[in-house]
Amino acid sequence: MPGPMKMRATLGQGFTDVRVLMTHPMETGQRKDSEGKLVPMHFIQNLTVKVNGKPVIEAQTSQAISRNPVFSFRLKGGTKGDKIEVSWVDNEGESNRTEVALA
Amino acid sequence: MNSIRRALVAVFVLGLVRPLAALAAWNKEAFSAKSAGDALKNLGIANAQPSKDLTVEIPEIAENGAVVPIEISSTIPGTTALIVVIDKNPFPLITRFDFKEGALPFVKLNAKVGETSDVRVLAEAAGKYYVTTREVKVTIGGCGG
Repeated sequence: MPGPMKMRATLGQGFTDVRVLMTHPMETGQRKDSEGKLVPMHFIQNLTVKVNGKPVIEAQTSQAISRNPVFSFRLKGGTKGDKIEVSWVDNEGESNRTEVALA
Repeated sequence: MNSIRRALVAVFVLGLVRPLAALAAWNKEAFSAKSAGDALKNLGIANAQPSKDLTVEIPEIAENGAVVPIEISSTIPGTTALIVVIDKNPFPLITRFDFKEGALPFVKLNAKVGETSDVRVLAEAAGKYYVTTREVKVTIGGCGG
């Protein structure tokens, strides 16, 4: 079960500021556990930002994004009530999404 | 004759579809590359020009390599993608962000930096590539355990 996500979207000067936090171990495949075994790679590979259902940002990421990733984005303009959605998919096919209305 | 034609058509269609799929999915070749040069080659990037309009905020000295904040913003007209490469990481390509209509070419993220390294940030605009390079000194690495 993927962990929770948190997101905040606020109107800045001429743009919308989006800040999103994801819960994910982002294992690099280089770390050893307490028994000295390598922990297999487990990381977010794709993330998508949508505004009112329309994709505006699509990203590919590696295992070198820090654990529990935090991203900030800026969207052009924006009006109160715009629905902003962020979703991710990892290398094991797990996924999660969250949505907020622009305040 | 018919089967040969069908086979040829299939090859042609696959050839067309594959690059499109690669664009949206995860570029395995580029992310598996072990050198920055190979990663960029797999992304189809050559001849990136240094640019002052590609701003990168990153600490000069990172005490904790596991969480190094990187803020990128481009004022190059028509920027459609931002790419981060950390030369000395085991797998240098960190991320590629594609921006469509409605998004500004800006991103802030945290990355793991294994050891002191050059960090290259590239922007794609109208089919051309631009680059800004910064060095980050790392006192505690962020890749091992």
